[in-house]
Amino acid sequence: MSRARLMVIAVLCGIVSVAFPHAQQRPDRSKPPALDPAPSLNLPPIQKRMLSNGLPVWVVEAHKVPLVQVNLVVMAGSGDDPAGKFGVANLTAAMLDEGAGSRSSLEIADAMDYLGAELGTTSSSDASAIRLNVPVARLRDALPIMADVAIRPTFPGSDLERLRQERLTALLQARDDPAQIVPFAFQRAVFGTTHRYGTGQAGTEATIKAFTAQDLKTFHDGMYQPSNATLIVAGDITADGVMPLLEPQFGAWKAGAPVRRTPVPMASQPTQAQVTIVDVPKAAQSQIRIGWVGVPRSTPDYFSLEVLNTILGGSFTSRLNQNLREEHGYAYGASSRFDMRLSAGPFMAAAGVQTDKTAESLQEFFKELNGIQMPVSSEELTKAKNYVALSFPSGFETIDDLAAHLEELVVYKLPDDYFERYVANIQAVTAAAVQKAAATYIQPKKFAIVVVGDRSVIEPKIRALNLGPIRVLTVDQVVGS
Amino acid sequence: MRRPAIILAFALSVMPLNAQSPTSSPVPPRLEVPYRLFTLANGLTVILHQDRTVPVVAVNVWYHVGSANERRGRTGFAHLFEHLMFEGSKDVKEGEFDTLLEGAGGNNNGSTSNDRTNYVIDVPSNALELALYLESDRMAYLLDAMSPERVNGQRDVVKNERRQSYENRPYGMAEIELDAMLWPENHPYNWPTIGSMEDLTAASYQDVVDFFKKYYAPNNASLVLAGDIDLDRAEALVHKWFDEVPRGGPVDPVAPPAAVLDTVKKKTIMDKVRLPRVYLAWLTPRAYAPGDAALDVVSSVLAGGKNSRLYKRLVYDTQMAQTVTARQQSGTLGSSFVITATARPGKSISEIQKIIDEEVERLRKQAPEPREVQRAINETEASFYRAMERVGSFGGKADQLNAYYSAGGGPDYFAEDLARYTSLAPSDVQAAAIGWLPADRRVELVVVPEAPQ
Repeated sequence: MSRARLMVIAVLCGIVSVAFPHAQQRPDRSKPPALDPAPSLNLPPIQKRMLSNGLPVWVVEAHKVPLVQVNLVVMAGSGDDPAGKFGVANLTAAMLDEGAGSRSSLEIADAMDYLGAELGTTSSSDASAIRLNVPVARLRDALPIMADVAIRPTFPGSDLERLRQERLTALLQARDDPAQIVPFAFQRAVFGTTHRYGTGQAGTEATIKAFTAQDLKTFHDGMYQPSNATLIVAGDITADGVMPLLEPQFGAWKAGAPVRRTPVPMASQPTQAQVTIVDVPKAAQSQIRIGWVGVPRSTPDYFSLEVLNTILGGSFTSRLNQNLREEHGYAYGASSRFDMRLSAGPFMAAAGVQTDKTAESLQEFFKELNGIQMPVSSEELTKAKNYVALSFPSGFETIDDLAAHLEELVVYKLPDDYFERYVANIQAVTAAAVQKAAATYIQPKKFAIVVVGDRSVIEPKIRALNLGPIRVLTVDQVVGS
Repeated sequence: MRRPAIILAFALSVMPLNAQSPTSSPVPPRLEVPYRLFTLANGLTVILHQDRTVPVVAVNVWYHVGSANERRGRTGFAHLFEHLMFEGSKDVKEGEFDTLLEGAGGNNNGSTSNDRTNYVIDVPSNALELALYLESDRMAYLLDAMSPERVNGQRDVVKNERRQSYENRPYGMAEIELDAMLWPENHPYNWPTIGSMEDLTAASYQDVVDFFKKYYAPNNASLVLAGDIDLDRAEALVHKWFDEVPRGGPVDPVAPPAAVLDTVKKKTIMDKVRLPRVYLAWLTPRAYAPGDAALDVVSSVLAGGKNSRLYKRLVYDTQMAQTVTARQQSGTLGSSFVITATARPGKSISEIQKIIDEEVERLRKQAPEPREVQRAINETEASFYRAMERVGSFGGKADQLNAYYSAGGGPDYFAEDLARYTSLAPSDVQAAAIGWLPADRRVELVVVPEAPQ
């Protein structure tokens, strides 16, 4: 309809305009077009059901594509690793599909691949999950295998040995890559050796070498229980249609002894800045991480921190990226984030920078980390809030996106109306709240500064910056323990 | 790529291999992506597709120019140019492109391959016109705002992208070496999309002007709007913002020299790595040509999943290798098939290579089991459904509509593309291995540690 009208106009314009014979009146480019009101996201409802053994089932219907996502979330992650057994949650999750019920590792993989299904078993600091994505016509065939993997893993000795060697080899290979070395060094600098967050989720060479099948079985028996799990279903199903498929597979899952989770203690903050240099001779770039202990996911300042971090290093136009990339060209990108977990995870600012500009880059990092203490302008605040709030709907497009969002509600015990209220909560953040959050949670004088790079080139100029005491570590010292 | 990530080495013209789906059960619905296609007077092809799952619109532009259009001495230029497209245009001040989009809740990015350069803007649907304003301004008026200083600024960023993604990444230089060995010196796939440091240094402001005038014209581009749109209104808005973009001259297709391997080319290079790695590579049929889909299935039979032949033998059973992969990398001018394996500590690369050779030879001698082929087809089919879920970003529906259109098919080529896989028999897979993976015409590249660790 409007096309026809425009074509008439185009013909008329053609008479008077030789340069643009087919253009209607030229558009006004002197300012960007005004925006209509932003659309709101109409989320499909979360339908909450329960199996006969009490296992909660949350269902969200999404009928665009004939696929279904089924996630079993278990409230046990590497934060639940006992002292001396760092890595047991992660290895347990990795071993779930290496033998379960009557099937071997290869049989499980063959069955899932043949069904066109993707089955993942994984763990984070706070939870573990078994995630199935399958064409809806094959859901009935895939669910029994998923249930075996979640409830009846067999932890075969030969498969455990294979994964052990894979993991030890991966630790060896991590030494090749500054981008993989730097997380080891940073978490250790901030959290130390005894706090769980000071060691990677897979554990250390020593713990990986020591794990037995009994360790995994003990962890699984203790934590993987219907009273400690939630089943999430999203996709081309209905709640009434899917419940009869779930009940035979997960309804008979028996509860064991009551689950006891020991909370990860809050880490103590460093009291002064400390520089760690990890020497990688001839590195083309230095990998930089700067930060300290951040906040838990339950922080009352969550929304202020989302906005603060968007301004500082959480978006392309953020101060860190604009400075280090666009203004100076020292890096391909620079960023920051609060890694929020059940207990306080790290806050970090990060970049890979060209070796000969390492000290200059550190100066620019600190310029921005100090500068964020000053009040932010209303334009910058509005841009950041709109970026976070208005891009929110795009995170609900696919069924695995939907299921991941529901997992977040489950793991962090967020209220049912959390997503409905999200945009309003972001828009309510004030400049004063951002400034207060910056003063509380970003204190550069106490930050750990970790640089993985070519020591012979970078150390003299870093030393001259007088950021704090410097210690130098080898790659083996960082990755090996 | 503009944002920190890896430059796509090849066009997204072939679906990813980690796919899947049902076959012997109820016939799945036919894949269909309805679209409206029209062409502006200046030659810009426009494709519209409505999907109102979430209130988001994907604005996706493909310019039919990539590193294959470069010349020696200016390698990496198409990608450097991609970066400059975000730095402002006549009516959009430096920095405003991103500021305006983020302020509207949008995200954007770009990527450069051998064959094309694509730009993605994903916005809430109320900001569609903003995205069209920005996209049309840089298509029409980029040079009004270009300066040597802007070229210098992104030159430094791109050099750091090269450092981060290749020089400082384990085995990062091997991929560059592999293409240099596979393709003749005067073939444009011989050099990497990221370019050499020397050529990035040499790129000039005048090069930018010439490149824009030659390649960044509406008649050398196609625009897809997919998502929460009203088709008539979207069409009117495209006319409003793009009709005035001036047409450019015709762009000649790249005419590469023949690429043929007639022998085994061997090389060993050193890298700052702990474990040795072997690459075996062949020249194979271009994207969508006969044999291309069958080679995707060959890659799955060899190295897709725990039960694949190479994974099972090298990683699962003997545990000689830490990883093994096989991939048909499909390009417009030609493709390559690459098998990669990394040795476990103390294991011999030549022993690993012997096993790879045995397995490729076995596939040449005897067709794979029907279940092996069906497994790969089922995975591919499911991946096609997964690709239907997202409209934006790289590999979303908007990007794929542009990919199919650019490849010469209709934009909605999804069902036909899938049929290339579902129609394959085990004998087709064997024939592809016989025809394209000969033992006596290939590249063998080994990466060894620089010094004993």
